Amino acid sequence: MAIPATIRDDFPILKQRVHGKPLVYLDSANTSQKPRAVIDALVRYYEEYNANIHRGVYAIAERATAEYEAARAKVARFLGAAEPAEVVFTRNITEALNLVAHSWGRRHVGPGDEILTTEMEHHSDLVPWQFLAQERGARLRHIPFDDAGRLVLGDLDRLLTERTKIVSLVHVSNTFGTVNPVAEIARRAHAHGAVVVVDGAQSAPHRPIDVQALGVDFFGFTGHKMLAPMGVGGLWARRAFLEEMEPFLGGGEMISDVWLDHATWNEVPWKFEAGTQNVGDTIALGVAVEYLEALGMDAVAAHEQELTAYALEQLRDVPGLRILGPAGPADRGGVISFAMDGVHPHDIAQVLDEDGVCVRAGHHCTKPLHRRLGIGASVRASFYVYTTREELDVLTRSLLKVRSLFRVA
Amino acid sequence: MSLDTLYREVILDHYSHPRNRGVVEPADAVRDGANPLCGDEIRVSLRVRDGVVEDVRFEGKGCSISQASASMMTERVKGRPVEEARRTIAAFKGMMHAEQAPGADDLGDLEALQGVRKFPVRVKCATLSWITLELALDELSPA
Repeated sequence: MAIPATIRDDFPILKQRVHGKPLVYLDSANTSQKPRAVIDALVRYYEEYNANIHRGVYAIAERATAEYEAARAKVARFLGAAEPAEVVFTRNITEALNLVAHSWGRRHVGPGDEILTTEMEHHSDLVPWQFLAQERGARLRHIPFDDAGRLVLGDLDRLLTERTKIVSLVHVSNTFGTVNPVAEIARRAHAHGAVVVVDGAQSAPHRPIDVQALGVDFFGFTGHKMLAPMGVGGLWARRAFLEEMEPFLGGGEMISDVWLDHATWNEVPWKFEAGTQNVGDTIALGVAVEYLEALGMDAVAAHEQELTAYALEQLRDVPGLRILGPAGPADRGGVISFAMDGVHPHDIAQVLDEDGVCVRAGHHCTKPLHRRLGIGASVRASFYVYTTREELDVLTRSLLKVRSLFRVA
Repeated sequence: MSLDTLYREVILDHYSHPRNRGVVEPADAVRDGANPLCGDEIRVSLRVRDGVVEDVRFEGKGCSISQASASMMTERVKGRPVEEARRTIAAFKGMMHAEQAPGADDLGDLEALQGVRKFPVRVKCATLSWITLELALDELSPA
């Protein structure tokens, strides 16, 4: 089943023009646009049953609680979790990864232990481990990538030692688009006794996910990249891990009982959800997940792979363009970053904006990756369910215009 | 917003043919500046003799606005008294932050960079080299 051509009608924002041109939104790896169904779910919550959850005995509070917990069940099903309780809602994936580093890491990582990540990580999968390593006197190690933007796994069994406690890596690179062989890495990491944490920010929105088949221990995701509003994301973890972990934040709702000098914790997953939650956005996330399931995640992945193949081919016609990451569409998500000889990414993005084209220019929160490539920044075009070939043609034409404006043609 | 407002001819000229690139040797002051948001980096070095900026150069990487602005800056302050350079820095920053009416101070070619004001995220690109120069001058003689 293919993505229907009428899908764009579901996204109100795509109907507008900017600078007199149709909006060509190619920044979905940054944040996705939202379908009407998600926006409506948010409005419905605030218009019909806005109430705090897990507290009220009145009807609208019960409805809010039921919808919130239903969203958890939907996300759990979407990710292939064994049960809804394995899904903890957070503000975003950054908070989810910090939760793992704090609650699992501080308990299990000691002086001289090792944490293995990769050179292509987003800052949100580097900095929490740096905090942990500094605090515990642990050592950070990194899996390198090759010229094609793929992880070099030849040395993996040397990088993994009996001191390796955590292996944390990105599933789909937000800069290269590379789909990393997470299942294989997880298997090898487990053989060394390490736990495996996956940054699923760019994979959960774009391809079928089955956390159990992946064989990992923790999987973070963020809602706003998968058609949901900003402000809600989450962590999937095996129940056994969540049970033994200490809470991340203390406060209301995460407790079982409280005295003046101590407290006991609520059950999983609520012991990780302190304070009033982002109820409306979480309910809307449940709707976003249903929307994606209705499209079919296989269809979503196929659509993006086709667009990526087309874009890689079209962009080859733009002289002086250096495409980062894998040259072909195999094992590659709908993310294409590039640099252009003689023109800075900000200038490229500025000229593209005049044609209504939205791309990201900068380091995309992967400074170590860019540093290794010897460039300060790049331009990134990224695709989603609503992206069309015609939009990619606009991108290519606009890039040719950039070259003539800056006289590098 | 028309791109012509931003990418004026003189800016594109300085971008493709930057003046005073490199490092002054020996230098009296060398200062690095960076814009962490976009990864732009710049190094400004200069030599002062008898209160005059005898030589000033820049190197680094950045967008057309930051590179052209740095190039125009060196052209403008080279051979001029330090005090005049400081006044120009103040006038330029004032222009970029719209604190004074354009034309209040004669900035000459530099006024081509006024268009950047209409693109707020790019203002930092234009001011990076100027702030770095100011810090370099402060190193020599605190303001």
